[in-house]
Amino acid sequence: MPHVLIVEDEPSIVTPLRFLMEQEGCSVQVVDDGAHVMDALDQQLPDLVLLDVMLPSRNGYDLCNAIRQRPDGNDLAIIMLTVKGREVDIQKGYAMGADAYITKPFAVADVVATARKYLPDA
Amino acid sequence: MDPTLILLIAAAYLGLLFAIAYYGDERAEHGRSLVNNPYIYALSLAVYCTAWTFYGSVGYAATDGINFLPIYIGPTLIAILWWVVMRKIVRISAHERITSIADFIGARYGKSALLAGVVTVVAVLGVVPYIAVQLKAISTSFSALTVPLDAANTAYPPVFQDTAFYAALALAVFTILFGTRHLDVTERHEGLVVAIAFESVVKLVAFLAVGLFVTFGLYNGVGDLFRQGAAVAEIEALYTVDGASGAWADWVWLTGLSMLAVLFLPRQFQVTVVENVNEDHLRKAAWLFPLYLLLINIFVLPIAVAGLLHFGDATHADMFVLALPYAEGHSALALLAFIGGLSAATGMVIVAATALSTMICNDLVVPLLLRAPGLNLVERARLTGVILGIRRVAIVVVILMGYLYLRGLGDAPSLVAIGLISFAAIAQFAPAILGGIFWKRGTRAGALAGLLAGVAVWGYTLPLPLLADSGWLPASFITDGPFGIAALRPYALLGLDALNPVPHTLFWTLLVNGGLYVVVSLATHPTMMEQSQATRFVDVFHYADPHESAAPWRGTAPVGDLHALLRRFLGWRAAERALHAYRTRHELDALPETADEELVDYVETLLAGAIGAASAQAVVRSVAQAKPLHISEVMEILDEAQQVMAYSRELERKKAELEAATDELRAANQKLKEIDQLKDDFVSTVSHELRTPLTAIRAISEIMHQTPSLTPEQQQSFASTIMRETERLTRLVNQVLDLQRLDAAPNLNRAPRDLRAVVRNALNAVRPQFQQQGIALHVTVPDDPCLTSIDDDRVTQVLLNLLSNAAKYSAETDARVTVQATRDADTVSVAVSDNGPGIAGDQQDAIFEKFRQARNRVGPQAGSGLGLAIARQIVRQHDGSLTVRSTPGQGATFTMRLPRYVPASAAASVSTTSAS
Repeated sequence: MPHVLIVEDEPSIVTPLRFLMEQEGCSVQVVDDGAHVMDALDQQLPDLVLLDVMLPSRNGYDLCNAIRQRPDGNDLAIIMLTVKGREVDIQKGYAMGADAYITKPFAVADVVATARKYLPDA
Repeated sequence: MDPTLILLIAAAYLGLLFAIAYYGDERAEHGRSLVNNPYIYALSLAVYCTAWTFYGSVGYAATDGINFLPIYIGPTLIAILWWVVMRKIVRISAHERITSIADFIGARYGKSALLAGVVTVVAVLGVVPYIAVQLKAISTSFSALTVPLDAANTAYPPVFQDTAFYAALALAVFTILFGTRHLDVTERHEGLVVAIAFESVVKLVAFLAVGLFVTFGLYNGVGDLFRQGAAVAEIEALYTVDGASGAWADWVWLTGLSMLAVLFLPRQFQVTVVENVNEDHLRKAAWLFPLYLLLINIFVLPIAVAGLLHFGDATHADMFVLALPYAEGHSALALLAFIGGLSAATGMVIVAATALSTMICNDLVVPLLLRAPGLNLVERARLTGVILGIRRVAIVVVILMGYLYLRGLGDAPSLVAIGLISFAAIAQFAPAILGGIFWKRGTRAGALAGLLAGVAVWGYTLPLPLLADSGWLPASFITDGPFGIAALRPYALLGLDALNPVPHTLFWTLLVNGGLYVVVSLATHPTMMEQSQATRFVDVFHYADPHESAAPWRGTAPVGDLHALLRRFLGWRAAERALHAYRTRHELDALPETADEELVDYVETLLAGAIGAASAQAVVRSVAQAKPLHISEVMEILDEAQQVMAYSRELERKKAELEAATDELRAANQKLKEIDQLKDDFVSTVSHELRTPLTAIRAISEIMHQTPSLTPEQQQSFASTIMRETERLTRLVNQVLDLQRLDAAPNLNRAPRDLRAVVRNALNAVRPQFQQQGIALHVTVPDDPCLTSIDDDRVTQVLLNLLSNAAKYSAETDARVTVQATRDADTVSVAVSDNGPGIAGDQQDAIFEKFRQARNRVGPQAGSGLGLAIARQIVRQHDGSLTVRSTPGQGATFTMRLPRYVPASAAASVSTTSAS
């Protein structure tokens, strides 16, 4: 069963994301604070991270970069999900190592389609 | 030899001289100057070599050996300094139309007539004996050829049979003819200079001829001559400097003395400065003149040695130059030597008499005549004749004084001794001149004090003992001092007996003179005129045109009067020429009726060239005085100065205003940038705050739409999320609008309320939420009413915001919120405290700005970031304040203070009470 880590501090956004990923047949873990992301990765390395940018403690770009620095940091996919939609923000996301960059408010179909690209066939 | 023949030859020589001088003047008249070349200039400087050199050096060498040399080493050394000292003096003199050394010193110290007069007297005192020496040389050399040596010099013949007397008369005539042809002495005496240069050639040729004859005719060269001389002990002693008797010290002193003499002797000043055509000639003369001195001294010692060998002793050593060839039967050569000596003597007398007569006229007689009551010299129609007359008389008087000196005192000392006494007198000008051209602070009083004291010491230590030598004073005056006071012995003043008389005098005079010059100068304040002249002299190289440096004395004068003055003092032609030159230079068609300061200054300088700076100033002021600086002009100048000051004050003020405005603009710009940044933040934050609920609503509604298989529980949960997020959107939009409205125009519905009731209502509204979240609530309110005039709804909004923030940020465990209402004389207030993480000091102001949530204040439901900005805005519109106090880690306290409401009746009763 593929494992997905959702990093998001807004409960009302976590709700639909969790629903969608579980529907795809994944196990889901949620972290609402940037400080706890590395612990979660140590616990169980996910196949996919859905990463918000504006987070308490540590922002998403920083986290993305830090994940890629890990020895196992390239064994997973990262999709950034954020309201930061300017071109420079998107460039920055890819530069920090994101595989995909989706701006909020997003269409559910986009998230599902993108996630499927990076999820191993269940 | 036949005296008639000698007289004829002498007369012929003077006739030739006359012709040369006349030719020189003619050439100058036609603009083809002979003088305008450095060789003539250098030869004219050789007027330094007088009969004293021609005859005296051999005499001195015969008794004192090579000790005669310092007199010529000094001028050679000073040649190195010429470019520094002489060029400056020449430049100044050209600018100021200086006529003599007395004029120079007087002009430097505020155009002082007194100082110039004193210098003139000193110069006459110093130079007259020198002239006497020349006359003596002429008559002695004449006798040497006409009478056997031993018979000569025993007694003077009666005046009318004395050759010296006739020589004096002849020289006076010659000097008058060529020294006073023109009035303006700064126009130079070209014929005179050419004649002097010619004389320098004659004396050099004559001396070299005698030297060559003696060395190679009588002996087989210098070596042979000195070998024969060395056989005689007294002669051998002449070859070396006798170190034991302090002769080296004499060398140094005499070298220094002759350095000053060649700079400041009136005749040297005349040829070097007044007669100078072109400053650049100094450059070549600086090595030509020393070369001349070298040549004329080469054979001094050989002739002296040969003379001693021939005559056996030094009794007639002063005449060896003449006597040696004569005694050896070479009459023609002896005659040439006589002519050489004559040329040396006449050259000195002519130039010295010209220089002295100018000084006597300009710096002594004219100032006195100008001051003489009733004479009214300035009003006289033609003054050129008067002035020329004065000069001519002065020439005769100076030369005759020389003759009288010769008859009275001329027997005692040798030629060289008199020469040195002259030098020592002239050296007294050194501090005033050298200080004057390099030191602006030197004052008239200082120059006068130094000069007078120096001359007094000189007179006491050199000429006065001569009187004792000549029997006019008792000999004990020298040996024991006056009245037996040893400290006042003239040759050993204050016991200083280690020096010979001349160095002794030089030491004391220069010490006293230079010392007083400096001390008195520093102790006195220069007048405006002195300061101005000091600047014109010391800074002469800074001014291209002397009239550029305006005189401190502002004067205007009727041009007619100035014109008349010029005509009177310079003559009609010279006056027209000068004014024409002025018109041309200033491109004027005609002169104005009233001369401005520049023209007045110009006329004064022109007149200075004729009658000296001090007299010219006096004369010009006599016509310009009629127009002194009127009080109205003074006021005008003051007004001008005031206007300038006012203007500069105005400028200063404008500048300050501009700077203030610039600062304001800068601050405003900064503020705008901040606001702009704030606006960007606002928009981005608002869009973020809008997107978050929108994202949730969109995602969930899409899911509900696409997923028919949702359980009723799931549907319920999703729907409630959508509703909550919609509420959140509504709230946000309302707050933005709220803020917008508050910024635009407050619309408060104020009425007196008890704040306790408002707090109670707000607490009732949040209590269920607090209980639900497990937050303890502590409330304290006073017993007395806390009246304040407020818009009830608005203040409630503020309290709710504070309470919800407190709940949001209170500690995660044991959360506690404290509400405390208080009142004092003027204010009522409510403080809301939490026990959460608190707010860092640098964030405490920022949290009140729109969307500026403290970075470290994060919670499960971050607010819009607008609440506190709105709250503070509301409180301020109530004339109150909303502040925060926090220590990080120990929670935060927000305090709202509002003005206390005092009912009108209560206020009235209070005032009534105090009135009764």
